[in-house]
Amino acid sequence: MTDSTLEAPQREKRDRLVLRFAGDSGDGMQLTGTRFTDASAVLGNDLATFPDFPAEIRAPAGTLPGVSSFQVQIADWDILTPGDAPDILVAMNPAALKANIDDLPQGGLLLINSDSFVDRNLEKAGYETSPLEDGSLDAYTVMTAPMEELTKLAVADTGVKGRATLRSKNFFALGLVSWMFNRPTEPIIDWVNQKFGPDDVIAKANVAAFNAGYNFGITTEEFHHLFDVEPAHLQPGEYTNITGNQAVAWGLIAGAQAAKLPLFYGSYPITPASSILEELARHKNFGVRTLQVEDEIAAVGVALGGSFAGHLGVTGTSGPGVALKSETISLAFQVELPLVIIDVQRAGPSTGMPTKTEQADLLLAMYGRHGEAPLPIVAPATPAEAYKAAVEACRLAVQYMTPVILLSDGYIANSSEPWCLPDIDAQEDFSKPFATADDATFEPYSRDPATLARPWAVPGTEHLEHRIGGLEHEDLTGNVSYDPLNHERMTQLRAAKIDRIAAGIKPVHVDGPESGDLLVVGWGSTYGAIRAGTRNARREGYSVAHVHIRHLNPFAPNLAELFDRYDKILVPELNSGQLATLLRAKYLVDTISYPKIQGLPFKAADISTKVVEVITGQSSSEEAPQ
Amino acid sequence: MTETQYERKDFQSDQEVRWCPGCGDYTILAAVQNFLATIDVPRQNHVFISGIGCAARFPYYVDTYGMHSIHGRAPAIATGVATANPDLTVWVVTGDGDALSIGGNHLIHAMRRNVNIKVLLFNNQIYGLTKGQYSPTSEMGKRTKTSPMGSVDQPFNPISLAIATEATFVARTIDMDRTHTTQMLQAAYEHHGASLIEIYQNCNVFNDKAFIQLTGREERDRNRIPLVPGQPVRFGADNENGVIVDGSGARIVAVSDVGDAAIHVHDPTNPNPSAAFALSRLSHGPYGPTPIGIFRQVSRPTYEDLVQQQLVEAQAKKGPGELRELIRSGGTWMVD
Repeated sequence: MTDSTLEAPQREKRDRLVLRFAGDSGDGMQLTGTRFTDASAVLGNDLATFPDFPAEIRAPAGTLPGVSSFQVQIADWDILTPGDAPDILVAMNPAALKANIDDLPQGGLLLINSDSFVDRNLEKAGYETSPLEDGSLDAYTVMTAPMEELTKLAVADTGVKGRATLRSKNFFALGLVSWMFNRPTEPIIDWVNQKFGPDDVIAKANVAAFNAGYNFGITTEEFHHLFDVEPAHLQPGEYTNITGNQAVAWGLIAGAQAAKLPLFYGSYPITPASSILEELARHKNFGVRTLQVEDEIAAVGVALGGSFAGHLGVTGTSGPGVALKSETISLAFQVELPLVIIDVQRAGPSTGMPTKTEQADLLLAMYGRHGEAPLPIVAPATPAEAYKAAVEACRLAVQYMTPVILLSDGYIANSSEPWCLPDIDAQEDFSKPFATADDATFEPYSRDPATLARPWAVPGTEHLEHRIGGLEHEDLTGNVSYDPLNHERMTQLRAAKIDRIAAGIKPVHVDGPESGDLLVVGWGSTYGAIRAGTRNARREGYSVAHVHIRHLNPFAPNLAELFDRYDKILVPELNSGQLATLLRAKYLVDTISYPKIQGLPFKAADISTKVVEVITGQSSSEEAPQ
Repeated sequence: MTETQYERKDFQSDQEVRWCPGCGDYTILAAVQNFLATIDVPRQNHVFISGIGCAARFPYYVDTYGMHSIHGRAPAIATGVATANPDLTVWVVTGDGDALSIGGNHLIHAMRRNVNIKVLLFNNQIYGLTKGQYSPTSEMGKRTKTSPMGSVDQPFNPISLAIATEATFVARTIDMDRTHTTQMLQAAYEHHGASLIEIYQNCNVFNDKAFIQLTGREERDRNRIPLVPGQPVRFGADNENGVIVDGSGARIVAVSDVGDAAIHVHDPTNPNPSAAFALSRLSHGPYGPTPIGIFRQVSRPTYEDLVQQQLVEAQAKKGPGELRELIRSGGTWMVD
């Protein structure tokens, strides 16, 4: 970073920049970050975001636990992660500075709201002296602006009063940053006017503060340091910016359409899955029924009832909710009805760290039921891919008459990235016709020879009256049966049906050499970090490839053959080694587990460092990734 | 009753009924099958959902659509069925353990939402399927295998509970009384909304004669308090007793002491549930004078109708959903 000494704005061209907004959880940092992101998306940058916020809605203001942050990487090329470390940190108060400064590399740019660096706030953050004055920030380029004072002045004529005048200070910061990064202002102003209505007092205040911040940048010499990040060269197409939970919700709507069924979503609010319910509740004109019910068990119960009556039943939750739903999921498996269960994983066990991400429910999804009840498991790798994953979960549920688990996580749920819109017309129709009254040979547990799925006869269909239930039943007729050999046969049939899914799964794709020293195997939201980390290591000459698994049960048929082609197999996961265990058990392959269990995603550097260690056999550190 | 196309046998499945000989469930099953044959609902539009327990085997024996689900969850699954397809007639068959213990939460919420389901609560005051442990309606002090020194649990009063959940139809009947059971089934069927019928059901193996005060030849006349809409609440062999309801609740009096005019005239349609609740407190179990009949019957929009209405409103306002537009709703940009 160089000091700006020229009067005319100096433009520094960057291929990528990582920006982190940090403030109190009441300061609107998530909103500031998403607005900046959308403006960057409109500009055509590739981007990836990482929101990080406390579970408490309003932890005590000004304290470290109350700090909320939003990191975004913008780039002129196809990036994969929100960036390991920020280049620019915006700190709205001392606590935000203290909680984030360690992540800012020396020489990084700090943009600080100087008004908040008063004794009371410094004390709450645990500073004995002001870091703005004691020289502790000398390693950084520090820029300050009295954001509160200038916001107050800017909104004076808009009609907001009292404490509310300060609420717009995040828009002041956003305006200033928009100037520095040469972002278009229209998308942000349009959004504010659309959200609140142009005549609303809050809209006026936010726009006034935003413009004041932008103009402050223009007129203040200190800020004549502009960054340009050119549009990225992405695959041609029409793009929108999308979060994982939004993608899941839209994917469910698309999946239900492809199945020609009404979508029936039963849920109970739980972090970080609630926004799927909120999103679906907005789209009742698609014929989507959203039922917010009394508990997690009822949520899966109503969804299963919906499926029994001929809808596509779906329930969304996080790990604790999956535990509660477990008995009903086994029932759904036993009666062989379609059902999609979305697990947006969070750091556990128990309440754990509800707003922090983790991949620790893989074995829960795989084995977390009584009796033998194997289920298909699908896991998206990125926020945008969650759309396709949700469609795939719907396909499997309907085609194979089975519950399906969609394993997302908090990182995918809340992060966003540009999504190249799919061709809606190209969506495969995977509807399964209901059994009809003229089906003279109807038996509730006869099976499709290809998929082993049973027929679906919905209540209201004449002549097909039948009973299903949790008791073991006879093949074909579904009549209750305690016959020992029948039970064995049914258990095997139900498992064989799930195994049949493998034949229809796309082969996994290897990024990197077809054979070599190391294969890194990942699943879920670690995709970006693993892909970037392995590519970085490859550029340095290491023989490493990456394969990312989307179908965790059953696995793609070509997975097994890959393991023989590499000397070592490394499995990075945000858990203690669950996929590593599954691969060992299934393929007798000597996996090396690389766990990270900190409620945070991997960084690309975590992966590349580990790759080098494993290949060279030289460990630079035995410690867990930082 | 209108003539329909059905006879009882049309509602009998080919499965062997396997309750203990002498179980009250047989008489309820017969009453239900006979009743279904009298109403003008196509057989394929009935759905029976049950949980776990002796009563929960019921759907296997009725030749309609049915699901024998898991313990306590039938009201939730039935809510899903009814909401997905409001044209179906959805019945929940449950017991005192299933409905009031493990499934208590789902029952109360289905009632308050006024889902159009008919809940038949077989109350035998005991766990039968697991062979005789005390249930949430067993009396205090009841000695069972799991309460050898007597139960220390205050029992639920299912009628009081149902009224408190904002249920729109609440009734009580007795397995032995086929005529009265059929009347209650008819009323529940005609009610558009959540209906709960508590059926006193004798478990002759683990809790025999629990309801003898209401079913015994000697006892029943003095203990059954028939609730008849529009009629004074009177009972006794010679109708000599009556019930008055005032600010302090309901109590039993000799009619000769207070005069005809003082006797409470039963009105289950009264929007205020206080009198119905007071009547439910006359007994806390079948041990003395106990009201039988419809306690409460009020009208309120059903859950599934309201859900359906919102779909229609949303479509009228925004037009049928268009996925192409939805995925562009957040703003898009082109990359060439």
